[in-house]
Amino acid sequence: MKLRKLAHSRTGDKGNISNISLIAYRQEDYPRLVEQITAERVKAHFREIVHGEVVRYELPLLGALNFVLYDALGGGVTRSLALDKHGKSLSSSLLDMEL
Amino acid sequence: MASISVKSIRLGSGAGYSGDRIEPALALAENGRLDYLIFECLAERTIALAQQQKAGNPNSGYDPMLVKRMKALLPICHKNGVKIISNMGAANPVAAMEETARIARELGLKGLKIAAVTGDDVLEAIEGGDYRFLESGLPLSKLEGRLLSANAYLGAAPLVETLENGADVVLTGRVADPVLFTAPLIWEFGWDMKDYRLMGQGIVLGHLMECAGQITGGYFADPGYKDVPNLAQLGFPIAEASSEGDFTITKLKDTGGQVTLPGCKEQLLYEIHDPANYLTPDVIADFTGVTMEEIARDVVKVTGGMGRPKTGKLKVSVGYKDGYIGEGQISYGGSGALERARLGLEIVRDRFRLTGQEFREVRFDLIGYNSLYGNRLAKGSPREVRARVAGRTDDPETAAAIGNEIETLYTNGPAGGGGVTKSVQAVVAVQSILIDESLIRIKNHYTQT
Repeated sequence: MKLRKLAHSRTGDKGNISNISLIAYRQEDYPRLVEQITAERVKAHFREIVHGEVVRYELPLLGALNFVLYDALGGGVTRSLALDKHGKSLSSSLLDMEL
Repeated sequence: MASISVKSIRLGSGAGYSGDRIEPALALAENGRLDYLIFECLAERTIALAQQQKAGNPNSGYDPMLVKRMKALLPICHKNGVKIISNMGAANPVAAMEETARIARELGLKGLKIAAVTGDDVLEAIEGGDYRFLESGLPLSKLEGRLLSANAYLGAAPLVETLENGADVVLTGRVADPVLFTAPLIWEFGWDMKDYRLMGQGIVLGHLMECAGQITGGYFADPGYKDVPNLAQLGFPIAEASSEGDFTITKLKDTGGQVTLPGCKEQLLYEIHDPANYLTPDVIADFTGVTMEEIARDVVKVTGGMGRPKTGKLKVSVGYKDGYIGEGQISYGGSGALERARLGLEIVRDRFRLTGQEFREVRFDLIGYNSLYGNRLAKGSPREVRARVAGRTDDPETAAAIGNEIETLYTNGPAGGGGVTKSVQAVVAVQSILIDESLIRIKNHYTQT
């Protein structure tokens, strides 16, 4: 099953660092996200784009995870060569991961 | 100002960025029963660009939309007693103040007190200093001769002072975005800036509100999964805050969009790294205790923001010249589109090698869906592909060569290449340093109509 069925997501950027939230629609699905969507898996998923570490933060009260992706935006919005300089579209790719 | 009973105020968010829609702000000013209407308009590098403008003309350097926004909003805000707070001062808050006063006088609006906050510009104070960039670790001294701007993210104190002095319109340069919202909370409720629970909860409010439509259904819709009504008439948010720190987020009834739990959760984490340590000039905010509850349709209640004492350091955005980006694009369609687009990029790569063009960095992309034939005529897999080359150079001539090589594919490349675009852009990049807050010299300015 695609992650998109259980969770939603939004990407933000600060400099060359991207953060992608992953939020369970239903609180009862949150433990599954915690168990399966690890920082290692997310790093592997984005390996062609993200060159630095991936750190995961847990927010159990909100049923949310926050992934912080370092060296992820080709230098950041002010100097990236990419079409999507903010990396705004990264959240949609995260939701295509399989559970 | 100190009052024993619980009091509440209403803050509207009128813009999430400089070019944002104006009608939603007008609707808020007219019908929102607001005390304050707040406009966050200053992106990371905007101030560096504005600084360049100011160097050419000392009366410029403020937000390009200031005049249009003020002309539209001043009359309604004046009529309804809504105060305006904004970072539209950009690189020149004093000129923004004078221009706003000129517009107010032109519109016959009497008795308006307009304030400007300066002191965020620390370029002189840091020049020659021993600083390293947080992002790259490079020393600031490496950029000698290329520095354009250095602006510290200020805290709420100077804004609070302008409100205390009766300002109806407050224009700043760089301040931490949520501070535009915490300043009126601190002033109206007499909050102690060392009460870190209240300050942390105030940052939660500011953070949720600062991107305007992003909490009322913007940047959220995903058809079939997350549907949002009437995004063409998206309403901007209102926060109703109590002196105890609790607040609700809502929007006007007859507007598009929605205020829901999932949307508010997404925005809470937007541009956040460690949610327990969100560094701001006045407080280290902690979002991990935040709870949200949908208490009515389009009304979400937010509680539980916390905080710890500030670090005493301020983040400074340093803008500098960073060479040029050259770009070119060309489209191929129908069966074999992908193969022809790939061949086109191969040819451009060979041309760069043969003509000895070297780039600091270059990328090759393949883009596309239905720009050539509409949906019905599109065939093949994929239906169309747009080849794109972008590269970083030190000089504009080399940057121009990129688009030119793409353009020569018209007559020298694969069959059926069309729709070439090319561009050269001077890059103003931004990185950050930390400075001690004692380096800041704040000055508030006032004028009256």
